[in-house]
Amino acid sequence: MNAIGIAPSRPTRWVIGILAGGTFAIPLVSTLLYTLRDGTGYSGAHWLSLFDPTRARILSPIWTGLTNSVLLAVLTVAIVLLILAPTMILINLRFPQSRRAFEFLVLLPISIPAIVLVVGLAPIYLVIGRTLGTGAWTLAFAYGITVLPFAFRAIQASIDSIDVATLTEAARSLGAGWPTVVLRVLVPNLRPGLLAASLISTAVVLGEFTIASLLNRPVLQTALLVVSKLDAYTAEMFTLMSLALATGLLILIGRIGRPSAERKQS
Amino acid sequence: MSAFVQTGLLTGDAGVELTAPPRQRTVRRRAKVTWLGLVPFGAYLLLFLVLPTVLAIGSGVFADGQLTMANLGALGDPVILRTFWNSTWLSLLTAVVGAVLGAAICYALLGLPETGVVRTLTDAAAGVLAQFGGVMLAFAFIATIGTQAGVVTGWLNGVGIEIFANGAWIYDLPGLILPYVYFQVPLMVITFAPAMNALKPAWAEANLTLGGTRRSFWLHIGMPVLAPSFLASLLLLFANAFSSYATAAALASQGSQIVTLQIRTALTSETLLGRQNLAGVLALGMVAVVGLVMAAYAVVQRRAAQWQS
Repeated sequence: MNAIGIAPSRPTRWVIGILAGGTFAIPLVSTLLYTLRDGTGYSGAHWLSLFDPTRARILSPIWTGLTNSVLLAVLTVAIVLLILAPTMILINLRFPQSRRAFEFLVLLPISIPAIVLVVGLAPIYLVIGRTLGTGAWTLAFAYGITVLPFAFRAIQASIDSIDVATLTEAARSLGAGWPTVVLRVLVPNLRPGLLAASLISTAVVLGEFTIASLLNRPVLQTALLVVSKLDAYTAEMFTLMSLALATGLLILIGRIGRPSAERKQS
Repeated sequence: MSAFVQTGLLTGDAGVELTAPPRQRTVRRRAKVTWLGLVPFGAYLLLFLVLPTVLAIGSGVFADGQLTMANLGALGDPVILRTFWNSTWLSLLTAVVGAVLGAAICYALLGLPETGVVRTLTDAAAGVLAQFGGVMLAFAFIATIGTQAGVVTGWLNGVGIEIFANGAWIYDLPGLILPYVYFQVPLMVITFAPAMNALKPAWAEANLTLGGTRRSFWLHIGMPVLAPSFLASLLLLFANAFSSYATAAALASQGSQIVTLQIRTALTSETLLGRQNLAGVLALGMVAVVGLVMAAYAVVQRRAAQWQS
Protein backbone atom coordinates (compact mmCIF):
# COMPACT_ATOMS: atom_id res chain seq x y z
CA MET A 1 0.00 0.00 0.00
CA ASN A 2 1.34 3.36 -0.99
CA ALA A 3 0.32 5.37 2.02
CA ILE A 4 1.94 8.68 1.10
CA GLY A 5 -0.62 11.35 1.73
CA ILE A 6 -2.49 9.31 4.34
CA ALA A 7 0.03 8.00 6.84
CA PRO A 8 1.67 10.51 9.16
CA SER A 9 5.27 11.48 8.63
CA ARG A 10 7.84 9.56 10.65
CA PRO A 11 8.50 12.42 13.15
CA THR A 12 4.75 12.92 13.72
CA ARG A 13 4.32 9.21 14.37
CA TRP A 14 7.18 9.19 16.87
CA VAL A 15 6.08 12.31 18.72
CA ILE A 16 2.50 11.04 19.17
CA GLY A 17 3.74 7.54 19.97
CA ILE A 18 6.19 8.67 22.64
CA LEU A 19 3.75 11.16 24.19
CA ALA A 20 0.90 8.63 24.31
CA GLY A 21 3.07 5.69 25.37
CA GLY A 22 4.82 7.77 28.00
CA THR A 23 1.62 9.19 29.46
CA PHE A 24 -0.12 5.83 29.57
CA ALA A 25 2.89 4.23 31.20
CA ILE A 26 2.86 6.67 34.16
CA PRO A 27 0.15 4.94 36.26
CA LEU A 28 1.51 1.47 35.47
CA VAL A 29 5.14 2.35 36.21
CA SER A 30 4.02 4.21 39.34
CA THR A 31 2.16 1.12 40.51
CA LEU A 32 5.27 -0.97 39.95
CA LEU A 33 7.47 1.52 41.84
CA TYR A 34 4.87 1.60 44.60
CA THR A 35 5.12 -2.17 45.08
CA LEU A 36 8.93 -2.00 45.06
CA ARG A 37 9.06 0.59 47.83
CA ASP A 38 11.04 -0.33 50.90
CA GLY A 39 11.43 2.46 53.42
CA THR A 40 13.18 5.20 51.51
CA GLY A 41 14.69 2.88 48.89
CA TYR A 42 13.41 0.16 46.62
CA SER A 43 13.49 -3.63 46.95
CA GLY A 44 11.52 -6.74 46.07
CA ALA A 45 10.51 -7.29 49.70
CA HIS A 46 6.79 -6.86 49.08
CA TRP A 47 6.85 -9.31 46.20
CA LEU A 48 8.75 -11.87 48.29
CA SER A 49 6.22 -11.44 51.09
CA LEU A 50 3.64 -13.06 48.81
CA PHE A 51 5.36 -16.35 49.63
CA ASP A 52 5.51 -15.65 53.36
CA PRO A 53 3.32 -18.22 55.17
CA THR A 54 2.72 -15.85 58.11
CA ARG A 55 0.87 -13.49 55.78
CA ALA A 56 -1.48 -16.15 54.51
CA ARG A 57 -4.39 -14.51 56.34
CA ILE A 58 -4.12 -11.36 54.23
CA LEU A 59 -3.89 -13.33 51.01
CA SER A 60 -6.76 -15.72 51.78
CA PRO A 61 -9.53 -13.46 50.35
CA ILE A 62 -7.57 -13.25 47.11
CA TRP A 63 -7.21 -17.03 46.82
CA THR A 64 -10.92 -17.48 47.54
CA GLY A 65 -11.78 -14.81 44.97
CA LEU A 66 -9.36 -16.17 42.40
CA THR A 67 -10.67 -19.73 42.82
CA ASN A 68 -14.24 -18.48 42.38
CA SER A 69 -13.29 -16.35 39.36
CA VAL A 70 -11.51 -19.25 37.65
CA LEU A 71 -14.49 -21.53 38.31
CA LEU A 72 -16.80 -18.82 36.94
CA ALA A 73 -14.59 -18.44 33.87
CA VAL A 74 -14.86 -22.18 33.21
CA LEU A 75 -18.64 -22.17 33.65
CA THR A 76 -19.06 -19.05 31.50
CA VAL A 77 -16.94 -20.57 28.75
CA ALA A 78 -19.15 -23.68 29.02
CA ILE A 79 -22.24 -21.51 28.49
CA VAL A 80 -20.57 -19.90 25.46
CA LEU A 81 -19.46 -23.20 23.91
CA LEU A 82 -22.45 -25.37 24.78
CA ILE A 83 -25.35 -22.92 24.45
CA LEU A 84 -24.30 -19.88 22.42
CA ALA A 85 -22.13 -21.60 19.78
CA PRO A 86 -24.64 -24.37 18.85
CA THR A 87 -27.41 -21.77 18.65
CA MET A 88 -25.29 -19.63 16.33
CA ILE A 89 -24.59 -22.62 14.08
CA LEU A 90 -28.30 -23.45 14.03
CA ILE A 91 -29.26 -19.86 13.22
CA ASN A 92 -26.73 -19.67 10.38
CA LEU A 93 -27.80 -23.01 8.90
CA ARG A 94 -31.55 -23.05 9.36
CA PHE A 95 -32.75 -19.54 10.15
CA PRO A 96 -30.48 -17.24 8.16
CA GLN A 97 -33.41 -14.85 7.77
CA SER A 98 -33.40 -14.23 11.54
CA ARG A 99 -29.68 -13.50 11.74
CA ARG A 100 -30.16 -9.76 12.14
CA ALA A 101 -32.72 -10.14 14.90
CA PHE A 102 -30.42 -12.60 16.66
CA GLU A 103 -27.48 -10.21 16.34
CA PHE A 104 -29.56 -7.40 17.81
CA LEU A 105 -30.45 -9.59 20.81
CA VAL A 106 -26.94 -10.77 21.62
CA LEU A 107 -25.43 -7.30 21.21
CA LEU A 108 -28.08 -5.84 23.54
CA PRO A 109 -25.94 -6.25 26.71
CA ILE A 110 -23.62 -3.53 25.33
CA SER A 111 -26.43 -1.01 25.64
CA ILE A 112 -27.68 -2.19 29.04
CA PRO A 113 -25.33 -0.98 31.77
CA ALA A 114 -24.24 -3.80 34.10
CA ILE A 115 -25.53 -1.85 37.07
CA VAL A 116 -29.02 -1.71 35.55
CA LEU A 117 -28.85 -5.47 35.04
CA VAL A 118 -27.91 -5.83 38.71
CA VAL A 119 -31.06 -3.99 39.81
CA GLY A 120 -33.11 -6.60 37.95
CA LEU A 121 -30.86 -9.52 38.83
CA ALA A 122 -31.12 -8.88 42.58
CA PRO A 123 -34.65 -10.34 42.92
CA ILE A 124 -33.75 -13.20 40.55
CA TYR A 125 -30.70 -14.05 42.64
CA LEU A 126 -32.85 -14.05 45.77
CA VAL A 127 -34.75 -16.95 44.18
CA ILE A 128 -31.53 -18.58 43.01
CA GLY A 129 -30.10 -18.21 46.51
CA ARG A 130 -33.06 -20.12 47.92
CA THR A 131 -32.96 -22.92 45.35
CA LEU A 132 -29.34 -23.29 44.18
CA GLY A 133 -27.60 -21.72 47.16
CA THR A 134 -25.55 -18.54 47.44
CA GLY A 135 -22.37 -19.99 45.98
CA ALA A 136 -20.32 -17.68 43.78
CA TRP A 137 -20.66 -20.12 40.86
CA THR A 138 -24.27 -18.99 40.33
CA LEU A 139 -22.89 -15.72 38.94
CA ALA A 140 -22.01 -17.66 35.78
CA PHE A 141 -25.62 -17.20 34.60
CA ALA A 142 -25.20 -13.42 34.70
CA TYR A 143 -21.67 -13.54 33.28
CA GLY A 144 -22.86 -15.60 30.32
CA ILE A 145 -24.96 -12.55 29.41
CA THR A 146 -22.21 -9.95 29.90
CA VAL A 147 -19.78 -11.87 27.66
CA LEU A 148 -22.41 -12.41 24.92
CA PRO A 149 -21.41 -9.48 22.63
CA PHE A 150 -17.70 -10.33 22.85
CA ALA A 151 -18.14 -14.07 22.35
CA PHE A 152 -20.68 -13.55 19.58
CA ARG A 153 -18.35 -11.32 17.56
CA ALA A 154 -15.45 -13.77 17.89
CA ILE A 155 -17.51 -16.81 16.83
CA GLN A 156 -19.37 -14.97 14.06
CA ALA A 157 -16.07 -13.89 12.51
CA SER A 158 -15.12 -17.56 12.23
CA ILE A 159 -18.52 -18.57 10.88
CA ASP A 160 -18.31 -15.84 8.24
CA SER A 161 -14.87 -17.01 7.14
CA ILE A 162 -16.03 -20.53 6.24
CA ASP A 163 -18.92 -21.79 4.15
CA VAL A 164 -20.97 -23.48 6.85
CA ALA A 165 -23.81 -24.53 4.55
CA THR A 166 -21.62 -26.24 1.94
CA LEU A 167 -19.46 -27.98 4.54
CA THR A 168 -22.58 -29.29 6.26
CA GLU A 169 -24.19 -30.47 3.03
CA ALA A 170 -20.97 -32.18 1.95
CA ALA A 171 -20.66 -33.99 5.27
CA ARG A 172 -24.34 -34.96 5.28
CA SER A 173 -24.14 -36.28 1.71
CA LEU A 174 -21.23 -38.47 2.77
CA GLY A 175 -23.49 -39.98 5.42
CA ALA A 176 -22.43 -38.05 8.51
CA GLY A 177 -24.99 -37.70 11.30
CA TRP A 178 -25.54 -34.32 12.95
CA PRO A 179 -23.20 -34.97 15.92
CA THR A 180 -20.42 -35.85 13.46
CA VAL A 181 -21.15 -32.78 11.35
CA VAL A 182 -20.95 -30.46 14.33
CA LEU A 183 -18.10 -32.07 16.26
CA ARG A 184 -15.85 -33.32 13.46
CA VAL A 185 -16.56 -30.89 10.62
CA LEU A 186 -17.77 -27.54 11.99
CA VAL A 187 -15.93 -27.33 15.33
CA PRO A 188 -12.44 -27.88 13.84
CA ASN A 189 -13.18 -25.22 11.24
CA LEU A 190 -14.52 -22.79 13.82
CA ARG A 191 -11.71 -23.48 16.30
CA PRO A 192 -10.06 -20.01 16.08
CA GLY A 193 -13.37 -18.27 16.78
CA LEU A 194 -14.33 -20.65 19.59
CA LEU A 195 -10.90 -20.28 21.18
CA ALA A 196 -10.95 -16.49 20.89
CA ALA A 197 -14.47 -16.42 22.35
CA SER A 198 -13.33 -18.56 25.29
CA LEU A 199 -10.29 -16.40 26.00
CA ILE A 200 -12.16 -13.11 25.78
CA SER A 201 -14.89 -14.51 28.04
CA THR A 202 -12.20 -15.52 30.53
CA ALA A 203 -10.74 -12.02 30.44
CA VAL A 204 -14.18 -10.44 30.98
CA VAL A 205 -15.00 -12.76 33.89
CA LEU A 206 -11.64 -12.23 35.61
CA GLY A 207 -12.14 -8.45 35.38
CA GLU A 208 -15.82 -8.33 36.38
CA PHE A 209 -16.63 -6.34 39.50
CA THR A 210 -20.03 -4.62 39.28
CA ILE A 211 -22.34 -7.64 39.42
CA ALA A 212 -20.28 -9.67 41.90
CA SER A 213 -19.83 -6.76 44.28
CA LEU A 214 -23.49 -5.73 44.36
CA LEU A 215 -24.76 -9.31 44.64
CA ASN A 216 -22.23 -9.94 47.43
CA ARG A 217 -20.34 -12.82 45.88
CA PRO A 218 -16.58 -12.97 46.43
CA VAL A 219 -14.57 -12.94 43.18
CA LEU A 220 -11.06 -11.76 42.28
CA GLN A 221 -11.96 -8.08 41.81
CA THR A 222 -14.04 -7.79 44.99
CA ALA A 223 -11.22 -9.56 46.86
CA LEU A 224 -8.78 -6.93 45.59
CA LEU A 225 -10.96 -4.24 47.11
CA VAL A 226 -11.15 -6.12 50.44
CA VAL A 227 -7.40 -6.71 50.53
CA SER A 228 -6.59 -3.10 49.58
CA LYS A 229 -8.06 -2.10 52.94
CA LEU A 230 -5.86 -4.64 54.79
CA ASP A 231 -2.66 -4.23 52.82
CA ALA A 232 -2.36 -1.76 49.95
CA TYR A 233 0.84 -3.33 48.58
CA THR A 234 -0.77 -6.74 48.06
CA ALA A 235 -3.70 -5.18 46.20
CA GLU A 236 -1.32 -3.21 43.96
CA MET A 237 0.80 -6.28 43.22
CA PHE A 238 -2.22 -8.33 42.23
CA THR A 239 -3.47 -5.40 40.14
CA LEU A 240 -0.26 -5.49 38.13
CA MET A 241 -0.37 -9.27 37.75
CA SER A 242 -4.03 -9.27 36.66
CA LEU A 243 -3.42 -6.53 34.10
CA ALA A 244 -0.42 -8.43 32.76
CA LEU A 245 -2.44 -11.66 32.58
CA ALA A 246 -5.30 -9.92 30.74
CA THR A 247 -2.86 -8.33 28.28
CA GLY A 248 -1.31 -11.75 27.67
CA LEU A 249 -4.76 -13.22 27.01
CA LEU A 250 -5.59 -10.49 24.50
CA ILE A 251 -2.25 -10.84 22.68
CA LEU A 252 -3.06 -14.55 22.41
CA ILE A 253 -6.52 -13.72 21.01
CA GLY A 254 -4.93 -11.40 18.45
CA ARG A 255 -2.57 -14.15 17.31
CA ILE A 256 -5.36 -16.74 17.06
CA GLY A 257 -7.47 -14.39 14.99
CA ARG A 258 -4.70 -13.80 12.49
CA PRO A 259 -4.36 -17.06 10.51
CA SER A 260 -8.09 -17.16 9.78
CA ALA A 261 -7.98 -13.57 8.56
CA GLU A 262 -5.16 -14.46 6.18
CA ARG A 263 -6.97 -17.53 4.95
CA LYS A 264 -10.01 -15.40 4.22
CA GLN A 265 -8.04 -13.08 1.98
CA SER A 266 -6.32 -15.73 -0.10
CA MET B 1 -27.15 -36.35 -6.20
CA SER B 2 -28.51 -32.98 -5.31
CA ALA B 3 -31.88 -34.48 -4.44
CA PHE B 4 -30.13 -36.89 -2.14
CA VAL B 5 -28.27 -34.07 -0.48
CA GLN B 6 -31.51 -32.24 -0.01
CA THR B 7 -33.41 -35.09 1.57
CA GLY B 8 -30.34 -35.94 3.59
CA LEU B 9 -30.40 -32.42 4.97
CA LEU B 10 -34.09 -32.27 5.57
CA THR B 11 -34.65 -35.60 7.26
CA GLY B 12 -33.23 -36.00 10.69
CA ASP B 13 -31.67 -39.47 10.62
CA ALA B 14 -31.71 -42.65 8.58
CA GLY B 15 -34.55 -44.18 10.60
CA VAL B 16 -36.96 -41.43 9.68
CA GLU B 17 -36.01 -41.66 6.04
CA LEU B 18 -37.13 -45.31 5.71
CA THR B 19 -40.67 -44.68 6.81
CA ALA B 20 -40.69 -41.18 5.40
CA PRO B 21 -44.13 -39.58 5.19
CA PRO B 22 -44.76 -37.28 2.19
CA ARG B 23 -41.90 -34.81 1.98
CA GLN B 24 -43.97 -31.73 2.69
CA ARG B 25 -44.87 -33.01 6.13
CA THR B 26 -41.33 -34.09 6.89
CA VAL B 27 -40.14 -30.61 6.15
CA ARG B 28 -42.68 -29.07 8.43
CA ARG B 29 -42.00 -31.47 11.29
CA ARG B 30 -38.28 -30.97 10.77
CA ALA B 31 -38.71 -27.21 11.06
CA LYS B 32 -40.59 -27.69 14.30
CA VAL B 33 -37.84 -29.90 15.71
CA THR B 34 -35.24 -27.36 14.62
CA TRP B 35 -37.06 -24.57 16.43
CA LEU B 36 -36.67 -26.66 19.59
CA GLY B 37 -32.92 -26.23 19.20
CA LEU B 38 -33.34 -22.51 19.87
CA VAL B 39 -35.19 -23.12 23.13
CA PRO B 40 -32.23 -23.45 25.55
CA PHE B 41 -30.60 -20.22 24.43
CA GLY B 42 -33.94 -18.46 24.13
CA ALA B 43 -34.93 -19.48 27.66
CA TYR B 44 -31.54 -18.39 28.95
CA LEU B 45 -31.83 -14.95 27.32
CA LEU B 46 -35.35 -14.59 28.64
CA LEU B 47 -34.37 -15.44 32.22
CA PHE B 48 -31.09 -13.57 32.53
CA LEU B 49 -31.31 -10.69 30.03
CA VAL B 50 -34.92 -9.84 29.29
CA LEU B 51 -36.38 -10.56 32.74
CA PRO B 52 -33.74 -8.58 34.71
CA THR B 53 -34.06 -5.64 32.32
CA VAL B 54 -37.85 -5.65 32.63
CA LEU B 55 -37.62 -6.07 36.42
CA ALA B 56 -35.09 -3.25 36.72
CA ILE B 57 -37.10 -0.80 34.68
CA GLY B 58 -40.44 -2.13 35.91
CA SER B 59 -39.57 -1.70 39.58
CA GLY B 60 -39.35 2.01 38.87
CA VAL B 61 -42.86 2.37 37.47
CA PHE B 62 -44.70 -0.40 39.32
CA ALA B 63 -45.65 -0.20 42.96
CA ASP B 64 -47.79 -2.87 44.66
CA GLY B 65 -48.53 -4.40 41.26
CA GLN B 66 -49.91 -1.21 39.78
CA LEU B 67 -48.51 1.03 37.13
CA THR B 68 -47.67 4.34 38.73
CA MET B 69 -45.75 7.41 37.78
CA ALA B 70 -45.44 8.51 41.40
CA ASN B 71 -41.94 7.07 41.83
CA LEU B 72 -40.71 8.88 38.76
CA GLY B 73 -41.03 12.09 40.74
CA ALA B 74 -37.71 11.07 42.29
CA LEU B 75 -36.02 11.95 39.00
CA GLY B 76 -36.96 15.57 39.71
CA ASP B 77 -35.39 15.50 43.18
CA PRO B 78 -32.52 18.03 43.37
CA VAL B 79 -30.12 15.39 44.75
CA ILE B 80 -30.90 12.98 41.91
CA LEU B 81 -30.80 15.74 39.32
CA ARG B 82 -27.35 16.69 40.51
CA THR B 83 -26.02 13.13 40.22
CA PHE B 84 -27.41 12.89 36.68
CA TRP B 85 -25.80 16.23 35.87
CA ASN B 86 -22.48 15.04 37.39
CA SER B 87 -22.60 11.83 35.34
CA THR B 88 -23.42 13.79 32.21
CA TRP B 89 -20.61 16.32 32.36
CA LEU B 90 -18.08 13.74 33.52
CA SER B 91 -19.05 11.46 30.61
CA LEU B 92 -19.14 14.30 28.09
CA LEU B 93 -15.80 15.73 29.16
CA THR B 94 -13.98 12.40 29.22
CA ALA B 95 -15.65 11.32 25.95
CA VAL B 96 -14.49 14.45 24.10
CA VAL B 97 -10.96 14.33 25.53
CA GLY B 98 -10.80 10.56 24.97
CA ALA B 99 -12.09 10.85 21.40
CA VAL B 100 -9.61 13.55 20.39
CA LEU B 101 -6.58 11.87 21.98
CA GLY B 102 -7.68 8.43 20.79
CA ALA B 103 -8.09 9.69 17.22
CA ALA B 104 -4.58 11.16 17.35
CA ILE B 105 -3.22 7.75 18.41
CA CYS B 106 -5.18 6.05 15.60
CA TYR B 107 -3.58 8.55 13.21
CA ALA B 108 -0.10 7.72 14.51
CA LEU B 109 -0.82 3.99 14.04
CA LEU B 110 -2.09 4.48 10.49
CA GLY B 111 -0.19 2.49 7.89
CA LEU B 112 1.69 0.33 10.41
CA PRO B 113 1.48 -3.39 9.58
CA GLU B 114 -1.39 -5.07 11.39
CA THR B 115 0.74 -8.03 12.42
CA GLY B 116 3.64 -5.88 13.64
CA VAL B 117 4.76 -5.63 17.25
CA VAL B 118 3.45 -2.09 17.75
CA ARG B 119 -0.09 -2.82 16.53
CA THR B 120 -0.31 -6.17 18.34
CA LEU B 121 0.77 -4.63 21.65
CA THR B 122 -1.37 -1.51 21.23
CA ASP B 123 -4.47 -3.56 20.40
CA ALA B 124 -4.00 -5.86 23.41
CA ALA B 125 -3.18 -3.05 25.84
CA ALA B 126 -6.08 -0.93 24.58
CA GLY B 127 -8.44 -3.89 24.99
CA VAL B 128 -7.36 -4.47 28.58
CA LEU B 129 -7.48 -0.83 29.66
CA ALA B 130 -10.76 -0.10 27.90
CA GLN B 131 -12.73 -3.16 28.91
CA PHE B 132 -11.24 -4.99 31.87
CA GLY B 133 -9.54 -2.24 33.89
CA GLY B 134 -12.28 -1.30 36.34
CA VAL B 135 -11.14 -1.66 39.92
CA MET B 136 -7.53 -2.16 38.89
CA LEU B 137 -7.36 1.25 37.19
CA ALA B 138 -8.55 2.83 40.42
CA PHE B 139 -5.70 1.11 42.29
CA ALA B 140 -3.17 2.16 39.67
CA PHE B 141 -4.25 5.77 40.12
CA ILE B 142 -4.16 5.50 43.91
CA ALA B 143 -0.57 4.25 43.62
CA THR B 144 0.19 7.17 41.29
CA ILE B 145 -1.57 10.20 42.69
CA GLY B 146 -2.93 8.92 46.00
CA THR B 147 -2.96 11.58 48.71
CA GLN B 148 -0.70 9.73 51.14
CA ALA B 149 1.67 7.49 49.26
CA GLY B 150 1.19 8.21 45.56
CA VAL B 151 4.46 7.95 43.66
CA VAL B 152 3.81 11.00 41.49
CA THR B 153 2.34 12.88 44.45
CA GLY B 154 5.63 12.30 46.25
CA TRP B 155 7.72 13.55 43.34
CA LEU B 156 5.57 16.64 42.92
CA ASN B 157 5.77 17.35 46.64
CA GLY B 158 9.54 17.03 46.28
CA VAL B 159 9.59 19.89 43.80
CA GLY B 160 7.17 21.95 45.83
CA ILE B 161 3.88 21.22 44.03
CA GLU B 162 1.03 20.31 46.35
CA ILE B 163 -1.62 18.78 44.12
CA PHE B 164 -3.95 18.24 47.06
CA ALA B 165 -3.63 21.72 48.51
CA ASN B 166 -7.35 22.17 47.87
CA GLY B 167 -8.45 18.89 49.41
CA ALA B 168 -8.33 15.19 48.56
CA TRP B 169 -10.12 15.56 45.22
CA ILE B 170 -8.87 12.18 44.01
CA TYR B 171 -11.54 10.41 46.10
CA ASP B 172 -14.22 12.78 44.87
CA LEU B 173 -15.74 13.63 41.51
CA PRO B 174 -12.70 15.41 39.96
CA GLY B 175 -10.59 12.36 40.83
CA LEU B 176 -12.61 10.33 38.36
CA ILE B 177 -11.61 12.45 35.37
CA LEU B 178 -8.08 11.08 34.91
CA PRO B 179 -8.95 7.37 35.36
CA TYR B 180 -11.96 7.80 33.05
CA VAL B 181 -9.82 9.42 30.34
CA TYR B 182 -7.39 6.54 30.90
CA PHE B 183 -10.01 4.01 29.79
CA GLN B 184 -11.78 6.26 27.25
CA VAL B 185 -8.71 6.84 25.07
CA PRO B 186 -8.08 3.07 24.57
CA LEU B 187 -11.78 2.53 23.81
CA MET B 188 -11.52 5.23 21.14
CA VAL B 189 -8.48 3.48 19.68
CA ILE B 190 -10.45 0.21 19.48
CA THR B 191 -13.60 1.68 17.97
CA PHE B 192 -12.14 4.35 15.69
CA ALA B 193 -9.11 2.51 14.26
CA PRO B 194 -11.19 0.32 11.88
CA ALA B 195 -12.77 3.44 10.34
CA MET B 196 -9.41 5.11 9.88
CA ASN B 197 -7.84 1.98 8.42
CA ALA B 198 -10.69 1.81 5.92
CA LEU B 199 -9.57 5.04 4.24
CA LYS B 200 -8.83 4.01 0.68
CA PRO B 201 -5.30 4.50 -0.67
CA ALA B 202 -6.94 5.32 -4.03
CA TRP B 203 -8.35 8.51 -2.53
CA ALA B 204 -4.90 9.58 -1.42
CA GLU B 205 -3.55 8.79 -4.88
CA ALA B 206 -6.34 10.77 -6.54
CA ASN B 207 -5.57 13.64 -4.19
CA LEU B 208 -1.86 13.49 -5.08
CA THR B 209 -2.60 13.28 -8.82
CA LEU B 210 -4.70 16.40 -8.57
CA GLY B 211 -1.83 18.20 -6.91
CA GLY B 212 -3.09 17.91 -3.35
CA THR B 213 -0.93 17.68 -0.27
CA ARG B 214 -1.22 15.60 2.92
CA ARG B 215 -2.85 18.61 4.53
CA SER B 216 -5.42 19.03 1.77
CA PHE B 217 -6.15 15.29 1.86
CA TRP B 218 -7.12 15.42 5.53
CA LEU B 219 -8.94 18.73 5.21
CA HIS B 220 -11.09 17.87 2.20
CA ILE B 221 -11.27 14.06 2.14
CA GLY B 222 -10.11 12.38 5.36
CA MET B 223 -11.92 14.48 7.93
CA PRO B 224 -15.29 14.74 6.13
CA VAL B 225 -15.29 10.97 5.48
CA LEU B 226 -14.33 10.15 9.06
CA ALA B 227 -16.64 12.69 10.71
CA PRO B 228 -19.62 10.30 11.12
CA SER B 229 -17.35 7.55 12.53
CA PHE B 230 -15.81 10.04 14.92
CA LEU B 231 -19.24 11.15 16.11
CA ALA B 232 -20.37 7.52 16.51
CA SER B 233 -17.30 6.68 18.58
CA LEU B 234 -17.84 9.80 20.66
CA LEU B 235 -21.40 8.65 21.46
CA LEU B 236 -20.14 5.19 22.38
CA LEU B 237 -17.55 6.72 24.71
CA PHE B 238 -20.22 8.83 26.37
CA ALA B 239 -22.44 5.80 26.97
CA ASN B 240 -19.43 3.88 28.24
CA ALA B 241 -18.50 6.50 30.81
CA PHE B 242 -22.12 7.01 31.83
CA SER B 243 -22.55 3.27 32.55
CA SER B 244 -19.19 2.83 34.23
CA TYR B 245 -19.27 1.70 37.84
CA ALA B 246 -16.22 -0.28 38.98
CA THR B 247 -13.56 2.44 38.80
CA ALA B 248 -15.77 4.95 40.58
CA ALA B 249 -16.86 2.42 43.21
CA ALA B 250 -13.25 1.58 44.07
CA LEU B 251 -12.08 5.21 44.14
CA ALA B 252 -15.04 6.96 45.76
CA SER B 253 -15.81 4.43 48.46
CA GLN B 254 -18.14 6.90 50.12
CA GLY B 255 -20.74 9.22 48.71
CA SER B 256 -22.77 8.86 45.55
CA GLN B 257 -21.61 11.60 43.24
CA ILE B 258 -22.65 9.90 39.99
CA VAL B 259 -25.71 7.90 38.95
CA THR B 260 -24.13 4.45 39.12
CA LEU B 261 -22.90 5.14 42.67
CA GLN B 262 -26.35 6.49 43.56
CA ILE B 263 -27.80 3.16 42.42
CA ARG B 264 -25.32 1.37 44.71
CA THR B 265 -26.52 3.47 47.64
CA ALA B 266 -30.15 2.89 46.68
CA LEU B 267 -29.61 -0.87 46.48
CA THR B 268 -27.94 -1.08 49.87
CA SER B 269 -30.28 1.20 51.80
CA GLU B 270 -33.98 0.55 51.44
CA THR B 271 -35.50 4.01 51.72
CA LEU B 272 -33.11 6.59 50.43
CA LEU B 273 -34.49 10.15 50.40
CA GLY B 274 -37.64 8.62 51.87
CA ARG B 275 -38.48 7.04 48.52
CA GLN B 276 -39.03 3.40 47.62
CA ASN B 277 -37.82 1.65 44.49
CA LEU B 278 -35.28 4.40 43.95
CA ALA B 279 -32.84 1.93 42.38
CA GLY B 280 -35.48 1.05 39.78
CA VAL B 281 -36.23 4.69 39.04
CA LEU B 282 -32.53 5.46 38.64
CA ALA B 283 -32.10 2.38 36.44
CA LEU B 284 -34.96 3.62 34.29
CA GLY B 285 -33.32 7.04 34.01
CA MET B 286 -30.01 5.44 33.05
CA VAL B 287 -31.60 3.19 30.44
CA ALA B 288 -33.35 6.23 28.96
CA VAL B 289 -30.08 8.17 28.63
CA VAL B 290 -27.88 5.28 27.51
CA GLY B 291 -30.60 3.86 25.24
CA LEU B 292 -31.04 7.22 23.51
CA VAL B 293 -27.29 7.65 23.02
CA MET B 294 -26.88 4.09 21.74
CA ALA B 295 -29.80 4.54 19.31
CA ALA B 296 -28.12 7.69 18.00
CA TYR B 297 -24.90 5.68 17.79
CA ALA B 298 -26.60 3.03 15.63
CA VAL B 299 -28.00 5.67 13.27
CA VAL B 300 -24.69 7.53 12.89
CA GLN B 301 -22.73 4.28 12.60
CA ARG B 302 -24.94 3.16 9.70
CA ARG B 303 -24.25 6.47 7.97
CA ALA B 304 -20.52 6.04 8.66
CA ALA B 305 -20.42 2.47 7.39
CA GLN B 306 -21.26 3.45 3.82
CA TRP B 307 -17.63 4.47 3.30
CA GLN B 308 -16.23 1.24 4.71
CA SER B 309 -16.77 -1.61 2.34
